[in-house]
Amino acid sequence: MKLEVKQVSFQYKRDGRKILNNFSMSMDSSQRLGLAAPSGYGKTTLCRLLAGYLLPDQGEILLDGKPLSSYRGYCPVQMVWQLPEQAINPRMRMRDVIGEGDQVEERILRELGIDPAWMNRFPSELSGGELQRFCLARALGRGTRFLLCDEISTMLDLITQSQIWHFLLKEVQEREIGLIAVSHDRALLDRICTRQIDMDIRVRPLTKPQHSEKYSG
Amino acid sequence: MDRGEGEYAAAPVLKIEGLHISFMQYDGGSRRKELTAIRDLDVEVGAGEMVAVVGSSGSGKSLLAHAILGLLPYNASMSGKLMFCGSELSEERIRQLRGTKIVMVPQSVAWLDPLQKIGAQIRKGRGDRKTRQQLKDIFYRYGLDQEVEKMYPFELSGGMNRRVLISTAMMEEPKLVIADEPTPGLDLSVAKRAMGHFRELADRGAGVLIITHDLELAMETVDRIVVFYAGSTVEEAPAADFNSQETLRHPYTKALWRALPQNGFEYIPGTQPRVDDLLQGCPFAPRCGRRTKDCDRPVPGRELRGGRVKCLYAE
Repeated sequence: MKLEVKQVSFQYKRDGRKILNNFSMSMDSSQRLGLAAPSGYGKTTLCRLLAGYLLPDQGEILLDGKPLSSYRGYCPVQMVWQLPEQAINPRMRMRDVIGEGDQVEERILRELGIDPAWMNRFPSELSGGELQRFCLARALGRGTRFLLCDEISTMLDLITQSQIWHFLLKEVQEREIGLIAVSHDRALLDRICTRQIDMDIRVRPLTKPQHSEKYSG
Repeated sequence: MDRGEGEYAAAPVLKIEGLHISFMQYDGGSRRKELTAIRDLDVEVGAGEMVAVVGSSGSGKSLLAHAILGLLPYNASMSGKLMFCGSELSEERIRQLRGTKIVMVPQSVAWLDPLQKIGAQIRKGRGDRKTRQQLKDIFYRYGLDQEVEKMYPFELSGGMNRRVLISTAMMEEPKLVIADEPTPGLDLSVAKRAMGHFRELADRGAGVLIITHDLELAMETVDRIVVFYAGSTVEEAPAADFNSQETLRHPYTKALWRALPQNGFEYIPGTQPRVDDLLQGCPFAPRCGRRTKDCDRPVPGRELRGGRVKCLYAE
């Protein structure tokens, strides 16, 4: 299955600068794409557009040839954010947080190292690393075809980071889920990705973007 | 590094031994529960040194900064030894020194007053010629235009933010500078440049304490690294020791080293426990391959090959 970004432009404020300017890229669900760039270059914005949280001002985003906005119900493109505390309803028990996903398999909870005892707890009782495991499980429901990971392990213990990515690599390969990983850690992207894009776009209105692609591994 | 062996060795700028911080919390109702955030933390910073305390986010290490500055919340209790330049850092002493000899560089411009222009804020309202000139000199050194003085915090770009924040610390010629996560989300090369400002402060004689989750950044920029795990400091090592696994001491530090993407990207099973779920002994014991019954009793720190470690079997 293909995920395509076609000449997308986006700005947050009407008179503000364009965060993305005529940006295009495509990938398929057998690939793992790394996005690297300094902050402010549009990586998170691109993820939000790809996951359907934002609509492009110009251009389109296609999943399997159809506009992403035409998909109803569960969005096949799921996103996991950097700060799990901000992506979880603090008033829900963790089992209900998993319930927000699309029939998440028991196996995934186990393989992510989620202790059954945590299911009854509230988010405030768990650490960042534990919460992030829940966010990942929630995003890996039955209908997920692409997974966007925006600096998901930056704030975590290095060992937790390694555990989580080893699980993700196995999972996305087995289920043929396309992966986009945003990270400022190049060594991490080299481990995870089959392809990397350097989003060094010089953003000025009415200027053509330049970005370079690096094929690794 | 001189550990006070010579007769005339100066006391370290900061010396903390056995720091313990816990909170009283109400457990959904009227049941009171004590939560331990820091169980046993030791750290020492000498003049001219940069020392990093490295631990994962949310592990409670940020409280260290608040503890030193006397800014813990009312429901926190603290014990342990805190010494500044050889004498106890009592509540009264920290109140006198805070903001002048002991400064904290805040994490973000959210700490600044959004309604005051930058120049006035950093000068703390002082308008005398000497202070104004001092600010101009500092801005010049950090490549900040004069016009930044007349801007409001929300008008600053990311890079300018950081330089403005460090300027606030520089105004006072501090003896101890504390920075909590000073370079969030930055590319390593940009972060290293930002850390260069702290190196300058150390070169001018201050002791600099960096609190961070970013081991890689610490490895590249500081002199010594203190490893923090589940409420305790388990190892203290010169940064150079992180170039290989063999030169490290504690099994947790070695596991961290192996987990780095450039070093094998390995992992051991398990997660970092909550401090209160632990019993008396080594916090890492539940996950350690070399654990014995003796590890369930408090493990004292000892010197080892130019560093310190709290492990019975490290060599």
